[in-house]
Amino acid sequence: MAKAEADVSLLQLESAFKWPDAPDEDKYSVCVHCGFCLEVCPTYQQLGDENQSPRGRVYLIKSASEGLLPLDESVIDPVFQCLDCRACETVCPSGVQVGALIEEARGQVFYAEPAKGMKGAVQKLFLRGIFPHPNRLKMVGKLTRFYQKSGLQAVSRKSGLLKILPKQLREMEAILPEVPATSALDSLPERIPQRGDKKATAALFTGCVMDVVFSDINRATARVATHNGLEVIVPKQQICCGALQVHAGDREQARQMAKHNIDVFLASDADYIVINAAGCGAALKEYPELFRDDPFYHEKAEQFSARVRDISELLVEVGFEPPQAEVKRTITYHDACHLCHAQKVRSQPRQILRSIPGVTLVEMPNSDRCCGSAGIYNITHPDMAGQLLERKMDDVPEGVECIAMGNPGCMMQIMVGVHRRETDLDVLHTIEILDEAYRREGNE
Amino acid sequence: MDKLEMVRELTNILGPNRVLYKEHQLLAYDCDGYVAQKARPKAVVFPVTTEEVSRVVKLLHEHQIPFLPRGAGTGLSGGATPLNGEVIISLAKMDRLLHVDFDNMRAVVQPGHINLQLTKKIAGNGCYYAPDPSSQSACTIGGNLAENAGGSHCLKYGVTTNHIVGAEIVLPNGNIVEVGSYMGDSLGYDLIGLIVGSEGTLGIATAITVKILKKPEAVKTVMAMYDSVEDASNTVSDVISSGIIPAAMEMMDQLAMQAVDKSNYYVGYPTDIAAVLLIEVDGLAAGVEEMAEKIVHMCQKHHVRMVKVAESDAERALWWSSRKMAFGAMGRISPDYLVQDGVIPRTRLAEVLAKIADISRESGLRIANVFHAGDGNLHPLILYDGRIPGQTKLAQETGSAVLKVCADVGGSITGEHGVGVEKLEEMRFLFNDAELQAQLAIRSVFNPQDLCNAGKLVPKPSRCVEVKRAQQLFQAEQAVYDGFQEHTSILSPAYKEAK
Repeated sequence: MAKAEADVSLLQLESAFKWPDAPDEDKYSVCVHCGFCLEVCPTYQQLGDENQSPRGRVYLIKSASEGLLPLDESVIDPVFQCLDCRACETVCPSGVQVGALIEEARGQVFYAEPAKGMKGAVQKLFLRGIFPHPNRLKMVGKLTRFYQKSGLQAVSRKSGLLKILPKQLREMEAILPEVPATSALDSLPERIPQRGDKKATAALFTGCVMDVVFSDINRATARVATHNGLEVIVPKQQICCGALQVHAGDREQARQMAKHNIDVFLASDADYIVINAAGCGAALKEYPELFRDDPFYHEKAEQFSARVRDISELLVEVGFEPPQAEVKRTITYHDACHLCHAQKVRSQPRQILRSIPGVTLVEMPNSDRCCGSAGIYNITHPDMAGQLLERKMDDVPEGVECIAMGNPGCMMQIMVGVHRRETDLDVLHTIEILDEAYRREGNE
Repeated sequence: MDKLEMVRELTNILGPNRVLYKEHQLLAYDCDGYVAQKARPKAVVFPVTTEEVSRVVKLLHEHQIPFLPRGAGTGLSGGATPLNGEVIISLAKMDRLLHVDFDNMRAVVQPGHINLQLTKKIAGNGCYYAPDPSSQSACTIGGNLAENAGGSHCLKYGVTTNHIVGAEIVLPNGNIVEVGSYMGDSLGYDLIGLIVGSEGTLGIATAITVKILKKPEAVKTVMAMYDSVEDASNTVSDVISSGIIPAAMEMMDQLAMQAVDKSNYYVGYPTDIAAVLLIEVDGLAAGVEEMAEKIVHMCQKHHVRMVKVAESDAERALWWSSRKMAFGAMGRISPDYLVQDGVIPRTRLAEVLAKIADISRESGLRIANVFHAGDGNLHPLILYDGRIPGQTKLAQETGSAVLKVCADVGGSITGEHGVGVEKLEEMRFLFNDAELQAQLAIRSVFNPQDLCNAGKLVPKPSRCVEVKRAQQLFQAEQAVYDGFQEHTSILSPAYKEAK
């Protein structure tokens, strides 16, 4: 028997990944190329192109690592077209960590060719200039609020000035909820006592976008937690989690931010670190991956991550009180990728919604398919993000009044979808609905 | 016609977004689910209609450029591997359900339609599509047609060929023909029978008419764990000879259980059992309960350690996922694996498994066993590490030795995965030169220039020795540089020389 054999080990080629923290062999060699991942991959579903499938991307990363491919568009484009939604990880029988491989490959690209020109400037401004600095972030929030409240928004909408913006930004501007005057990080006291007997202490991670655009959800989270016997503390020194930096490949910046948060939160006496944004929750739970090569911080990151819980996960874990008051709504639930695929939190939000008297939960088909938001993907890849948003909106069952979910990125994206379809669907965070029920209870 | 010219012409037909041709975009297409042999295609195109497939094929045929169809690329014998620098005609975008006829129980799909999606789409009417290969969540019905795919439930319901009644085919010269018959038997030669399982060597199916079935009224699933493979095998024989035809009867050995239990599809198999059987019966509610009881009794007669009937749909679904994801889960315990697809008479199961264990010991490669026990269709999974020089070849030789055992006891070298490029030489275990010649003669009627998926399914008679020598020479001297720097075909230069 003679069969041509592709014996890669004979080749001593140089890896295209020349920088530290590269995708490691242990991760990509697990893939046996079975293809089970294809049909759950949103980009493969849209394009049918093996290059834009999880199996294909892992194969390209492996090939670049083995020196069979240079770090050029052939690798960069598929690696950045990936939504990092991790649906492939849910089905993969071999447990390939596609998300980590993609993020590490992006790190190599970030080192190899720092984004230049306008894109580079914008990236640098946001990833390094604004998000890591809470005060600058607050300033952006204040400016936005000023824009909305001063009449400037009305003027610029009327004058057609907004037409200079790309469509997706224009839509974002249109749907952006009114920015609250203060962030939860500023307005909440450092320690909020629980109602009744204390079950545990939870440190609230307030996040960046969440706390600028949706800080009311943070306040609702604190109320719901304390209502259920959790003492809530709000560490004031915390900063953005770094998820957007990880997604963009800026791993060094992300590590600096992670170190800061790890130190701040471990210094508190909290039993849990509670978070209501799926993307941030996943990033916090995956801090150890960022410190693979740093034994000291790796151990600290493990301690930190072991305490992180999504708010819905935590409520079910410590036991929550089903509300007494009715909220009459027909609701469908969208599984945020980083909640269902990355954190495996699926049943808890549904359990919470079903516990509310008056709520009818109607399951949405393919509720765990990405809506296209994916961090800043909807801005970097508007075409694909738009196609996925269309599919998501098509899937919304008839007769529902509200779509609930657990991630601010998805909320803004789906608000754009609602805006496009000119419907009056409410887009809410799961916890807002529970909070509404508890508050009605108080008023009854 | 040079490559640039070809790309221009293809782009004229399909537009710029549906042609991949840059060297580095093609790497992802250099193999399917069978990874032991690889080669880069010349281009990949994505037609969406029969007419587009026909125009592409006419162009390639006119210029004598080899081509092959590809579905989801989940095949396990290299049926879609472009060893001759083919243009790959990807049917992934031809994925629509064209028509469903619930009165006559027929559905028409494009070839890229995903197997399981069909069942999902017709489930509301209480119907389903029966052939269920393990990869059914990802594989396409066009690919199933090409490989005559099987699946766990073929024991009772038959393989793909029993469920496809007709197809629209683009012949290798670009002409469009229809074969088979919507209802009843087709007249003349059974061309649809010929097309199903032809591994893309006779043409490209672009619309496929399948039978759909009513879901059985009731289903019961039994899981039985054994201390010895022999007891499990004897249970299988006993059940069949009792006259019960289960819908499915599947077996896994300890190594396979270990892999899948490490995955998301954890069942929690005891680590000290030798084999697990999954037996499913279906049919009218009245009889099913009784059949399940009889099966439990037969398991007990053969010293089963533990036997239970699934208590809920969720439990049943988990057991099935565990079985169906077993191949993919091999990555948990090995960097690479080669799955074999031997068929044996059921009565020889215990004996053959003992021989496979011997082969494993001799080769030093671990072999996990997952199989459709009821059909006698074995899937020994040969675990290896392609990074260790020589291991890929050793795995292939080990696979061949296993197939020899299957052929020798009166079985076959493939039950459902096809021959592809993987088992070409092993075809000789079953066929003599005259028989192979007859098969090639049929191919030459449809595919006279041998442009459509050449070098798959049937080996060229009497050429074996020459090809072998040429391949060995090539491998020793040139494979590394020619094979990888250019990343074109590894086989083709040797092949051409041998011809």
